[in-house]
Amino acid sequence: MYRTMYLIRRFEERCAQAYGQGKINGFCHLYIGQEAVAVGVTEALRPTDYLLTAYRDHGYALTRGADPGMLMAELFGRGTGYSKGKGGSMHIYDIEHYVLGGYGIVGGQIPLAAGTAFASRYRNEDRVTVCFFGEAAANQGSFHETLNMASKWKLPVIFLCENNRYGMGTAMERVSAVPAVHKRGGAYQMRGELVDGRDVLAVFEVAKDCAAHCRAGKGPVLLEADTYRYRGHSMSDAATYRSKKEVEEERKADPIPKLRAWALAAKVAADADFDALEAEVKSIVDEAVRFADASPEPAVEEVWTDHLVEPGERDVPPRERVRGVKVAWPTHPSGQELKVTWELEPAGRAAEGEESPEMRKLS
Amino acid sequence: MAQLAWREALNQALGEEMERDANVFLIGEEVARYDGAYKVSQGLLARFGSARVVDAPISELGFAGLGVGAAMVGLRPVVEMMTWNFAILAMDQIVNNAAKLRQMSGGQLRCPIVFRGPNGAGGRLAAQHSQSLEANYAHFPGLKVVAPSTPADAKGLLKASIRDDNPVIFLEAELLYGMKGEVPAGEHVVPLGKADLKREGSDCTLLAWSRAYGFAEAAAARLEGEGIRVDLLDLRTLKPLDEEAILASVQKTNRAVVVEEGWSFCGVGAQLVDLIQLHAFDFLDAPVERVTGLDVNRSYAAVLEHAAEISVDRIVAAVKKVLYRDQG
Repeated sequence: MYRTMYLIRRFEERCAQAYGQGKINGFCHLYIGQEAVAVGVTEALRPTDYLLTAYRDHGYALTRGADPGMLMAELFGRGTGYSKGKGGSMHIYDIEHYVLGGYGIVGGQIPLAAGTAFASRYRNEDRVTVCFFGEAAANQGSFHETLNMASKWKLPVIFLCENNRYGMGTAMERVSAVPAVHKRGGAYQMRGELVDGRDVLAVFEVAKDCAAHCRAGKGPVLLEADTYRYRGHSMSDAATYRSKKEVEEERKADPIPKLRAWALAAKVAADADFDALEAEVKSIVDEAVRFADASPEPAVEEVWTDHLVEPGERDVPPRERVRGVKVAWPTHPSGQELKVTWELEPAGRAAEGEESPEMRKLS
Repeated sequence: MAQLAWREALNQALGEEMERDANVFLIGEEVARYDGAYKVSQGLLARFGSARVVDAPISELGFAGLGVGAAMVGLRPVVEMMTWNFAILAMDQIVNNAAKLRQMSGGQLRCPIVFRGPNGAGGRLAAQHSQSLEANYAHFPGLKVVAPSTPADAKGLLKASIRDDNPVIFLEAELLYGMKGEVPAGEHVVPLGKADLKREGSDCTLLAWSRAYGFAEAAAARLEGEGIRVDLLDLRTLKPLDEEAILASVQKTNRAVVVEEGWSFCGVGAQLVDLIQLHAFDFLDAPVERVTGLDVNRSYAAVLEHAAEISVDRIVAAVKKVLYRDQG
């Protein structure tokens, strides 16, 4: 876990550097400070669980084992990137590792997560979907519409709200009647949890429990991780809406030194182990930048491709295209193999007048 | 061949495709227990169960997005919009997600989904329930747009749309659901992107789709009585457009009239005129005419609604105009 958090931190720092050098352009949102959330959750889930995110999305793919060079190449807009340079920073897809995308419209990925979870139930798989979004997305209609459906149909989704306090420059409590997002789960009869998002072990534990809840068919969970981003909203944000003092104060809770201190105290690792790990990560990130720098831009003909699927066209896994390796690609049962046994709304239940405890209280 | 109403033809297509492929499911408002607001999904709940015929809450954005998410991982959702007016609430999911998934992922994902429902006038339904929105969807790369006019094409094109690996906008017409026509039984699949030449004539090309086709057909019949014979092309699919068939006809007749139920400004017809002027300019003997709904919001009052609609009279007049015939 330390290694992955540290990898994200170094990777993002190199992104900031590359942005300053003009190698990364457009909108670029860094995950620095929030690493414990992505890492704790991925460690708690299975590698085949679906993962969707907002646009602050470089880190999640790294937790799933994405190729750092191809990820950096995507940010550099190179043809060797995961999306051939077509997606960029806000749209990271690594389907081989079930990373189903970064989405640039606030809250736009939330209904998609209900859809992937719906598919899991439809096929009777015990797969969980985790959907990351920022606290400000909880004020979008998509959030409320999706929580309602997901809870009613008991879809296996962990709605993971990363509360980093600011929706761009606006503090959550300034625009929210109920700023504690996890409490909104109650409105949809959904389990709501709050966790310290800068304690990777705490995130791991609660995420494991949430996943078990989903897999047991008990429906979705709304998990709020309290966290903080050290950088501005994006690279173009000077973050004048908060004080330097506030940021410094928050940095004291940094998840990376916290885990290191815990491991040293528990004597599960020594300083030398961390030094070796950090040196290894540094060389991985150096190599990622080298790879991205040396990669060609996409062929200009690519402007016309990947808009519509042509009949018989197959999906080419990115690592197969770029690294020439054989890749295990997700497959789905054919329409003849699949037997749908799920009864989303068992016949007769509505006729009996299904009533929630809340409804009984109200009536 | 069986005589079926539009709604029965669509029902047949849905039932057959759901039998053929268990990945196909239907979701939308009132599609299950109510049998569909327009009875298109009649009887499907009993045949396929509540996971495959899903009554959704009134959350167009939410269930459209649920469909897109399910399609991303291999299901083949058919999302019914009670009308396309309500789908405006779901445009974010259709446009920002469904239409862009394959491109944003660099070819890693596909999105085999059909969004379908009634489009256009419903008869005295006023401004919010009477819009023809095909131009909006045809505008976006990454979507296919289908707008049939006959029950047979409704069936065949819906089957093809469900089998397509891309997001398809399937536009029905509220006022056509009861219209009957011959519909082939069983495996009747009409390929997307192919126009249908319904009448042949050398005097003028008439282009129409969906409900406007009926007006164009009536106009063509009346013109024939006056000795004017037109090529009448039912476009059926607006995107991809059958450019070849359109240009071949215009090059033969040297004149064209486009009939469109929706608004004129930035309408699909404007695109057709551009296509014709760009590729058949030298063949034209007259400027291309358009007959469209008036560029106004629809009113409830019968006389006002009627005044804003296309009419057979206006189509006949437009054809005579491009033929420089006496219109007195």
